[in-house]
Amino acid sequence: MQDFADSLLLSLNLIVSGNPELWSIVLLSLRVSLTAVALAAVIGMPLGAALAVGRFPGRPAAIVLVNALMGLPPVVVGLVVYLFLSNSGPLGVLQLLYTPTAMIIAQVVLVTPIIAALTRQVVEDLDAEYAEQLRSIGVSRLASVPTLLWDGRISLLTALLAGFGRAIAEVGAVIIVGGNINHVTRVMTTTIALETSKGNLALALALGTILVVIAIAVNAAVGLIGPASQRIAHA
Amino acid sequence: MPDAAALTVEGTSADLTSRAAAKRAGSILPLGVHGLVYAVGGKRLVNIDRLTLQPGAPTVILGPNGAGKSLLLRLMHGLIEPAQGTVLFNGQPMSPAIRRRQAMVFQRPVVLRRSVRANIDYALAAHRLRGTKRHRRLDELLEMGGLSAMAHQPARSLSGGEQQRLALVRAVAAAPELLFLDEPTSSLDPGATQRIEALVRRFAQDGMKIVMVTHDLGQARRLADEVVFMHRGRIAEQTPAAAFFDEPASQAARDFVAGGLLV
Repeated sequence: MQDFADSLLLSLNLIVSGNPELWSIVLLSLRVSLTAVALAAVIGMPLGAALAVGRFPGRPAAIVLVNALMGLPPVVVGLVVYLFLSNSGPLGVLQLLYTPTAMIIAQVVLVTPIIAALTRQVVEDLDAEYAEQLRSIGVSRLASVPTLLWDGRISLLTALLAGFGRAIAEVGAVIIVGGNINHVTRVMTTTIALETSKGNLALALALGTILVVIAIAVNAAVGLIGPASQRIAHA
Repeated sequence: MPDAAALTVEGTSADLTSRAAAKRAGSILPLGVHGLVYAVGGKRLVNIDRLTLQPGAPTVILGPNGAGKSLLLRLMHGLIEPAQGTVLFNGQPMSPAIRRRQAMVFQRPVVLRRSVRANIDYALAAHRLRGTKRHRRLDELLEMGGLSAMAHQPARSLSGGEQQRLALVRAVAAAPELLFLDEPTSSLDPGATQRIEALVRRFAQDGMKIVMVTHDLGQARRLADEVVFMHRGRIAEQTPAAAFFDEPASQAARDFVAGGLLV
């Protein structure tokens, strides 16, 4: 118990003293996850919108697939990305394994289905409401997609935050493709796993605290966005 | 038939006047329905041999719930596809150009999640109006709908009546020749209904062909020049409004006008 209390005090000290190692890990985590979410949004939102408004053979199966991919096991994603990026893999020539880029790729694979599936639901609900009106105005199905994405932007922001929550808290994939190399690919979750196994609980607790604060902040943002959207003018 | 120059709504800009002039060359009216069938699960919900709507004063489609009125409106506006039959606009099938010259307002107003102004601007942009003409027209439409003071409010914060006025002026943004109205006042109080009807009258006076669905007899008496009475998916009669209310030809219409329960 004394150990835990000491570790907790030490962890708080690491946070408030601005420990450079701790904060470099935090910043790398944020850089990797924010980049991954941005890329996943670029891929997932149009994909989700296409699934929502498109009418093509195999659409129901595609929707089931995207929904199922939301639950992809991170270690499996890590393994697959590892196989692609390893020297003997099809993308081995790019020499991306054990770099932050490899971690971003793995997180993009994990987060894209989440954003695509949530986007599809948002856009499909809006489309059910707007479809006849937009058609009456003379807007084609394809041209209605930007309108639906824009009008669903508040809900889509929630999808982005959900994706970010998944990315920042993920450990299995990034430890496989990143290698947890100090000052290169060591992020919050992988450091927590490593330092805990080494018995260095102070650093693990400090990073854990920051991770929890980020998770709470993300959830608070989701909670605040809805009511705020009611107040602001949707110009 | 009204002067085509009057097809523009009051106070519109020059480009809309020229658009009205273009309409003289090729009106989308009369609207002709031929052998139209719409069926669900083998049941014919709309089954119309022939219906012609001429340009001019408002046509009100009357009938009890489930008569197929709203379906007929959607079929004519091309929002749903018939199982059989055709809808022709001055002899031509629906096309993007013909669609641009008609509009529809729904029973429940569909307003975009934007400001009042942005809602109208969206329709103007869709009709490719640009620059100062677009801004001028936007201000005209806000004024017309009595919405100027709330132009920057989120459209969804408006009352039901205000949202329906917004839907109405947005529908006429590009001065359509033909306006379909699907029970636009069914959920509104008398005050809001009065303002909607005033707008409808104004559009009709300006030469827009109004085709309106309602099951409100009072509203039909106030607005209709011609009545199309529907019962069980069929046209029971199509007649001038005065004649319809004085002496309905069909038994179903007589019962409806007399306030009987039509099933």
